[in-house]
Amino acid sequence: MKLLAARRRHPMALVVLLLVGMLLTGGAYSLFTGNTTAKADEYSASDIEQGQKLFVSNCATCHGMNAEGSDNGPSLIGVGAAAVDFQVSTGRMPLQMHGPQGQVKPAQFSEEETAQMAGYIASLGPGPAVPDEEWLNTAEGDSAAGGGLFRTNCAMCHNVVGAGGALTRGKYAPSLSDVSEKHLYEAMQTGPQNMPIFNDANLTPEEKRDVITYVREVSETPSAGGFKLGSLGPVAEGLFIWFFGLAGVVGITLWLTARAK
Amino acid sequence: MSTTQQTQKPATAVGTVAQWTEDRTGASKAVREFGRKIFPSHWSFMLGEVALYSFIILVLTGTFLTFWFKPAMGEVIYNGPWTPLRGVTISEAYESTLEISFEVRGGLFIRQMHHWAALLFMAALSIHALRVFFTGAFRKPREINWVIGIVLSMVGLGAGFTGYSLPDDLLSGNGLRIIDGLLKSIPLIGTYISFFLFGGEFPGTDIVSRLYTLHIMILPAVLIALIGAHLMFVVIHKHTQWASPGHTQKNVVGEPVLPTFAAKGGGFFFLIFALVAFISSIFTTNAIWNYGPYDPSPVSAGTQPDWYVGWADGILRIMPGWMEFYIFGYPISLNINIAIIIMLFFWLIAMVWPWIEAWMLKDNREHHIVDRPRNNPTRTALGVAAAVWYAVMWAGASGDLVAVFFHMSLNDMIYIFRILFIVGPFIAFFLTRRICLSLQRKDRELVLHGHETGQIIRLPHGEFQERHRALTPHEAWTLTAFEAPQVLPAQPGKDGKVSGLERMRARMAKYFYEDRVHPVTKAELDAAHADHDAEVEGAHDDTAGLEK
Repeated sequence: MKLLAARRRHPMALVVLLLVGMLLTGGAYSLFTGNTTAKADEYSASDIEQGQKLFVSNCATCHGMNAEGSDNGPSLIGVGAAAVDFQVSTGRMPLQMHGPQGQVKPAQFSEEETAQMAGYIASLGPGPAVPDEEWLNTAEGDSAAGGGLFRTNCAMCHNVVGAGGALTRGKYAPSLSDVSEKHLYEAMQTGPQNMPIFNDANLTPEEKRDVITYVREVSETPSAGGFKLGSLGPVAEGLFIWFFGLAGVVGITLWLTARAK
Repeated sequence: MSTTQQTQKPATAVGTVAQWTEDRTGASKAVREFGRKIFPSHWSFMLGEVALYSFIILVLTGTFLTFWFKPAMGEVIYNGPWTPLRGVTISEAYESTLEISFEVRGGLFIRQMHHWAALLFMAALSIHALRVFFTGAFRKPREINWVIGIVLSMVGLGAGFTGYSLPDDLLSGNGLRIIDGLLKSIPLIGTYISFFLFGGEFPGTDIVSRLYTLHIMILPAVLIALIGAHLMFVVIHKHTQWASPGHTQKNVVGEPVLPTFAAKGGGFFFLIFALVAFISSIFTTNAIWNYGPYDPSPVSAGTQPDWYVGWADGILRIMPGWMEFYIFGYPISLNINIAIIIMLFFWLIAMVWPWIEAWMLKDNREHHIVDRPRNNPTRTALGVAAAVWYAVMWAGASGDLVAVFFHMSLNDMIYIFRILFIVGPFIAFFLTRRICLSLQRKDRELVLHGHETGQIIRLPHGEFQERHRALTPHEAWTLTAFEAPQVLPAQPGKDGKVSGLERMRARMAKYFYEDRVHPVTKAELDAAHADHDAEVEGAHDDTAGLEK
């Protein structure tokens, strides 16, 4: 203790303290986030090489020859395999056209090609990997816990049951009812388009699984009350009563006042 | 046996019961009087009835719901059949609504009937009001009943909103939060009113039970009283009727209450009941289980009020932010207040309109024959302008959904609604007035020349003509039995001077009613017929009678 007390006002003490602090936070960070970081060795060298070829011929125009990004597209270094898998296998990439938001369309690449490109991007820098099956198993999830998380984190854009909603300037939060478990997970993990990132410190993999379980359950449970009218709430109901309810009423009044011919 | 004083002994069982009742109540006079009441038969006269029947459905289904609903905000842990909420802490009100929906036999069906009937009640009330306005059925002596109708729509809106807020789900809580904001935006007293309503800071634990008292007792009682008065006035004033041969200002042509109208009305109730039941059994409304319990932090995308509150929500959505400003450090939230101001303005103008119209035209006569909307172009145009203004505010509430479904930008939707909010009513006014005048001229044309038959004939001197078929006298009467409004120039008062108010009246009357088409007069018709007989059709001036 004496040794420490004698040197605590040493000019280098601050530097040492900073170093220790940075090492500790950095180490802890990598410890917590390390388990989802893509491990490039999941993909073989030939996959990566093949992925690079696909990337150069299909993606490099906007994202740059080395995925470093350009004026037309962001850098992909460090976005991870999960981002590639989500964007490419939902058809959002390659982009159909420039606009407020990438459109979903039929996937342009096979699963194998998608995985090769994912491997190439993962090899450029650590990023989130394609999720393990374990986190996609809705039988393990808790829909009630997921519902609470969904209402707090997702519903303001996606609507309480994931029916979708509007964002600013033509952007939108899409409907989630037909999105696969894997894509839901990857979307939360990587924050595609205008979505925020919910990393593992924000929503743990278990919590993500709960959210997925909730989304699956509310979109797959048969409706107790009949046709859902898009689960859009009062606007759809108001339109219905004006266009169908009142039309029925007017039909009845016309029938009742019709004269026998 | 032989001591009976009755002159006539009823022969049938029904007769015996009727005689028994008559001996004790003397009801036959009232039945005879009311049973001989005549109601004209036209589909547009039955829309108010739909509102009445929806209200009856609301009372019936609402009573059912009170047997299970718990208007309390104590916290319980949900343990029912809806798994996405199991283990979640929710209020008793929300739990009991979930119980009604999933556990009470027939509960969801009745809940949906209650909600759909509420939506239909307000919709039927609205188109009934539109019918009354556009046909001028609010004119003397029916002004008071028109005002009662407007008050009914206001109270109906309140009754609907308090019901929407009862289940204590996320959607209803978000709606209440807006009410809280509206109240708090009132200068000086806003915070106090909000604390008074919610029993402290929003949301508190009192609001559901307070709204419940309003929703099941006070507002329905007010509605019943107003509906009673409304119907009483219909009986006192007698129903209006369309212009037609034999229809005068002094008679009513139609069907007597007993037996025809009562039978039709009774059947009509069951048809409306069936319609609501059909919709409720097939289409979900207000799926409260989707929304989860109320919590002040989350707000879902697509959070809207029921349609009849939509215009208030729409005003809030389209008003620009600069309308909130500070005076001596105190915020004036005009962007929020404006919703209340516009709604009150709208209702107030609607209420006083019968007097404004009568004052402009100096028309103090009774009107029992209703106008075809085209025959009062200015009134119709003003009505359409008001409807468009309302519709813009209304649509403003669904701007986000419109943006998603039509691939528009949400921001652009707001700009579009802001522009339409200002110019929409003016465009609607001018377009509607011109359309009405054109339709009137078309009617004139029809009366003077008859229907086109498509048969071309060639006259001996070589001219080609289309043969026209004359209108039946019935048709001709219906098309000509209206009066064009008379514009009375400014009149001097008792002191011999023309007052400023009178001058304004004359200016307004001139502006609103100067352009008008007169009904075809007998002289014109005779002249046209003479032309036809001489087979030199088209020789006379078609624009005769159009004053400009």
